[in-house]
Amino acid sequence: MTSPAPPHRDGPDPEPGTSAWRLRSPWERVTLAVPYAWLAFFFLAPFAIVFKISVADPIVAQPPFTPLFDVGAEGATSLHLTLDNYAFVLADRLYLLTYLGSLKLALLTTFLCLLLGFPMAYGIARSEPTTRRVLLMLVIMPFWISFLLRVYAWMGILGRHGVLNELLLWTGVISQPLELLHTDAAVFLGMVYSYLPFMILPLYATLERLDESLLEAASDLGGRPAEVFRDVTLPLALPGTIAGCLLVFIPAMGEFVIPALLGGADTLMIGRVVYEEFFFNRDWPVAATVAVLLLLLLVGPIVLLQRYQEEDAT
Amino acid sequence: MTGPNPSQSAAEPGPRAVRDAAPFVSVEGVTKRFGDFVAVDGVDLDVARGELFAILGPSGCGKSTLLRILAGLERPSSGRIVIDGVDVTRLPPYERPVNIMFQSYALFPHMTVAQNVAYGLKKERLRAAEIRERVAAMLELVQLSRLADAHPRQISGGQSQRVALARALIKRPKLLLLDEPLAALDKKLRERTQFELANVQDSLGVTFIVVTHDQEEAMTLASRIAVMDAGRFIQIGTPGEVYEQPCNRQVADFVGKINLLDGVVERRGEGTAMVRCEGIDAPIRIACEGEVATGASVCVAVRPEKILVSRRPPAAEGRTVLRGVVFDLAYFGNLSLYRVRTAGGRILDVSAQNQRREAARTLEWDDEVYLSWEDASMILLLE
Repeated sequence: MTSPAPPHRDGPDPEPGTSAWRLRSPWERVTLAVPYAWLAFFFLAPFAIVFKISVADPIVAQPPFTPLFDVGAEGATSLHLTLDNYAFVLADRLYLLTYLGSLKLALLTTFLCLLLGFPMAYGIARSEPTTRRVLLMLVIMPFWISFLLRVYAWMGILGRHGVLNELLLWTGVISQPLELLHTDAAVFLGMVYSYLPFMILPLYATLERLDESLLEAASDLGGRPAEVFRDVTLPLALPGTIAGCLLVFIPAMGEFVIPALLGGADTLMIGRVVYEEFFFNRDWPVAATVAVLLLLLLVGPIVLLQRYQEEDAT
Repeated sequence: MTGPNPSQSAAEPGPRAVRDAAPFVSVEGVTKRFGDFVAVDGVDLDVARGELFAILGPSGCGKSTLLRILAGLERPSSGRIVIDGVDVTRLPPYERPVNIMFQSYALFPHMTVAQNVAYGLKKERLRAAEIRERVAAMLELVQLSRLADAHPRQISGGQSQRVALARALIKRPKLLLLDEPLAALDKKLRERTQFELANVQDSLGVTFIVVTHDQEEAMTLASRIAVMDAGRFIQIGTPGEVYEQPCNRQVADFVGKINLLDGVVERRGEGTAMVRCEGIDAPIRIACEGEVATGASVCVAVRPEKILVSRRPPAAEGRTVLRGVVFDLAYFGNLSLYRVRTAGGRILDVSAQNQRREAARTLEWDDEVYLSWEDASMILLLE
């Protein structure tokens, strides 16, 4: 049973871990240090600041929160920490409902993006190379225009006197302008429109690598087209699907601009709450608390993704 | 015999495994065009039940396309395919009694070995107990029971090959197609697997069509070989026929090593012809039954192993004898290859079994030698 042949593909590394141990020249250390430094400066440090604010008390001052260290009358310093903000946010049903509202919106957006994005990514991956380049370009092109401008453009389309209403009135389909803007439907439309490329690109990347002979083999072994899709295409596209879903779900959870511009006054979104706590209530500690809790909520799926990717790699 | 008509030799049954005279698989005038490019050009082929048939050709000759047409993965532009009396030309792959083993093996990476093998039976909606039984039996046959729960990435190339074979065979196809079945294996393993494959085929009685660019693989596996080039079959015959009686220059050159000499027929005799070749000072006598006119340009060919190389002049009776100088030699262990320059300046390849140990080797560079071969060893190629 033991054959002298080396595995012809995807063979296990002859000495596990060698590649990780080998790269330790000074230049390789520098290259490795850059992403770590980036993460430390632009992710860890801001997070530490936000976390610090979330355990402070709000005060009317500049900045509007208590410092980390109280300097006593005798010059002794003491740590000033409070969990009041967490207790406050967790006790208030409104915050809970807002989290749930965001969760619902993000889940639905993710689902709709997947529903639309999968066939699009599949179509692009299976098209001729020349067509493929054009189609990919079309997916990426919206990024050339400012995100904010694109959302404003949707306001122009969906408004009471917007392009869509004018068109429908002119063709006589409706006699009264429709209330399209400032509805939940407008929010979903804007969200799906904005996040669709983040779903398509990772899906495309996995589907493009999908070995066509696997699909042919499944078909040859008696799988009808729908079964081949379910048995082979879907499971093998799973890494791309998960990546795409997280790339849509995570920013969608904290999305602020789209619900603010396209949604109604009653659209409950966590991003909007953070904004209002910061700028209208000037309660930075509560705003920071809401943000930290949002992050904790998102850590779950991210850890899940990492564990999945590690399993996939071994 | 040496005529250019391939269908002549195609009608002769092979020595082994041809158990049924009626064609089991018939390919009738199949053509496949991709735009302006004709990949398969009007191919006709009859394969008998239980036969192990090989299609041999250089890459890009259309052999893989023909295989894909048989599997239903490509639609022919014209022509018909009949398997066991049923016209399957319009059937999709999942409704054909045909299975294919891909060159890359195409094992499903997200399934275990057992799940890979079971896939085809699951699609037939058999009972779980029966599937389990048949998968276990099949894994036993290909000696992979131990690896049933391994994933494809954890097993070696040779093991992958056997999983792919098991996965295709478990469907009990009427026809099994193998696309370069041994190309991904190293030499030692390839030799062993060749015999295993032939044994499995023989014991199950499934009709095999193997596509390969490796003439050795085709020779050892197949009962009959079709040599294909530019979308057409040039010759169909047993390995012996294709090797010993190639129908033209192309087949002679593609199948094995050969010395090809262009020449002109100088004289005709009773069952023989004298051919004067470029670079050879004396005319060569060859056995020849067909109608070849004096003055015709022909190509004569002789395989390296048919030439005897010696220091002393050999007996000339019924043999062509030439003189030459050893120009180059290569030692391969079991045999040696000599390149000998004839008096006329032509270099001929000669191979000789090393029946003695190297220390006793007598021929060296620049040695004067005699080359000789039987008149009947010389092949006359028209065209």
